[in-house]
Amino acid sequence: MRKNKRRNFREAAIRAFFFTCGILAVLVLLGIFATLLSTAIPAFREIRPSEFLLKTNWDPTSPEKAEYGILSMVVSTLMVTGGALLLAVPIGIGVAAYLSDVAHWRVREILKPVVEILAGIPSVVVGFLGIVLFGPAIAKVFHTGHGLNAANGSVLLAIMALPTIISISEDALSAVPAAYGEASLALGASRWQTLVRVKLPAGLSGIIAAGMLGMGRAIGETMTVLMATGNARSFPHGFLDSVRTMTSGIAIELGEVPYYTTHYYALFAIGLVLFVMTFLVNMAADVVLRKYQEKER
Amino acid sequence: MRKSTRKKIAQSIGFLALRAAMGLVLAVLFLFLYDIGRKGGGAISWEFLSQAPRRGMTEGGIFPAIVGTLLVTIITAVLAVPLGMSAAIYLHEYARQTRLTRLIRLSIRNLSGVPSIVYGLFGVILFVNAMRFGTSILSAGLTLGLMTLPWTITASEEALKTVPDSYREGALALGATKWQSIRTNVLPYAVPGMLTGTVLGLARAAGETAPILFTGAAFYLPYLPRSLGDQFMALPYHLYIMATQHHAIQQVRPLAYGTALVLIALVLGLNMTAVVLRYRLRRKRR
Repeated sequence: MRKNKRRNFREAAIRAFFFTCGILAVLVLLGIFATLLSTAIPAFREIRPSEFLLKTNWDPTSPEKAEYGILSMVVSTLMVTGGALLLAVPIGIGVAAYLSDVAHWRVREILKPVVEILAGIPSVVVGFLGIVLFGPAIAKVFHTGHGLNAANGSVLLAIMALPTIISISEDALSAVPAAYGEASLALGASRWQTLVRVKLPAGLSGIIAAGMLGMGRAIGETMTVLMATGNARSFPHGFLDSVRTMTSGIAIELGEVPYYTTHYYALFAIGLVLFVMTFLVNMAADVVLRKYQEKER
Repeated sequence: MRKSTRKKIAQSIGFLALRAAMGLVLAVLFLFLYDIGRKGGGAISWEFLSQAPRRGMTEGGIFPAIVGTLLVTIITAVLAVPLGMSAAIYLHEYARQTRLTRLIRLSIRNLSGVPSIVYGLFGVILFVNAMRFGTSILSAGLTLGLMTLPWTITASEEALKTVPDSYREGALALGATKWQSIRTNVLPYAVPGMLTGTVLGLARAAGETAPILFTGAAFYLPYLPRSLGDQFMALPYHLYIMATQHHAIQQVRPLAYGTALVLIALVLGLNMTAVVLRYRLRRKRR
């Protein structure tokens, strides 16, 4: 009897330990949000929130009047991300469709890990290749002085978002019940028609989720854009402009800023905006993905 | 008849476009690997791998950066691997479908989407300032560890899913407690898979730059770190410096290429080890 009691106690303790580790994920997420929020708030003792979000001038070290408008950075982030998605979504869906519908299964087994290699290349290496490979190429084609601009960043982010988009779209396409495709083929449709008119629409929510997860990754990517987009502080007017995204803004300035100044707090406020943006995009992707998985069951 | 020819042509064009998309992705990958392999290969020598940078980093090697990256990755592993495994054990073996469980899963998925620079900001506040670890290997490793946590949890849970329920039930039927059944009948079969999954996460962490920018990575250190409280040089940060911040960028380009090659070899080497191990494990299961 006593042995039993001790055993139960031990079991409960072990369970409690594992539970603590599990709940840690929630605590870390809340901790990140709370930390960003509490460090960002002091910035607004000096900066009006509307000014922060809607003004385009960011010049915290100006000797006359420090300015803290992040709109240029937000627009730059959205522009580089949008350009990346414009490239990565069609190509990613194409590759996913190729893998799920065209490729022989043996070829697929080889190509899937090969695509995973692309996901394994560190972002700093991708940024480096943006400087040495794509930069000069863009400069040559468009006759710009150097090729460090939004277009370069978009190409690189597209490459980085591709593995995510490909693997989730491919999952979505393979999750379409085989009966759908068979019914379409039996009615005399070609494989191409079946793919375009039956399978892609059936897997659409998964593909949309793939695009959104790719978007979340692109918004938050730091090193690639920091190295390849030129980091000019002005408001961007086109893809050949050099831009500074929110992530590069933080990366450039946090190393030099004195602690506990308005400038320092303002950088955390940018981090907060960034966190909220990626959080919303990822949550939206999550909702779409869950809905469609429930429908599958 | 004419309609069916048109259908066939449409199909060939469509499939050609899909093949072209695949070809484009492969071409980009091979262009990347080829360029770095060719130009980085020339910079690699025993001296490059075994010595510290000299003369304002225009000569010499990257030994301190290699050591720094290895050390920081060990700290990352010490935090992320046991915690990730334990959280996965809770989620897969203990947790019921409650609201709290769903909240935990939701948090994990969201954590894996938090931008790496945001982890860096969090690390500055929590480890560098609040815990007073300063800018150090410890702060940087713990920051990377938190970032790696969602990946190791997910990977570990995947491994637990492959253990058949009959293994657990067999132990429970013989009167074993829950933990005894997990320890003797689940973990021995799941741990290899858990480890390969976590190696993938660690490989990604080893190549990350943004989280260590402000938590411990140093521009240049003439000596190796002596304790966990020291700053350190790291391969990804070193590549960033050599590619963008150095005073003689064109002159040091070969060194940058060499650094990129070593970094990519390290990360992809770890990656491939994990992929091969995972493949073997799956085979054995079948």
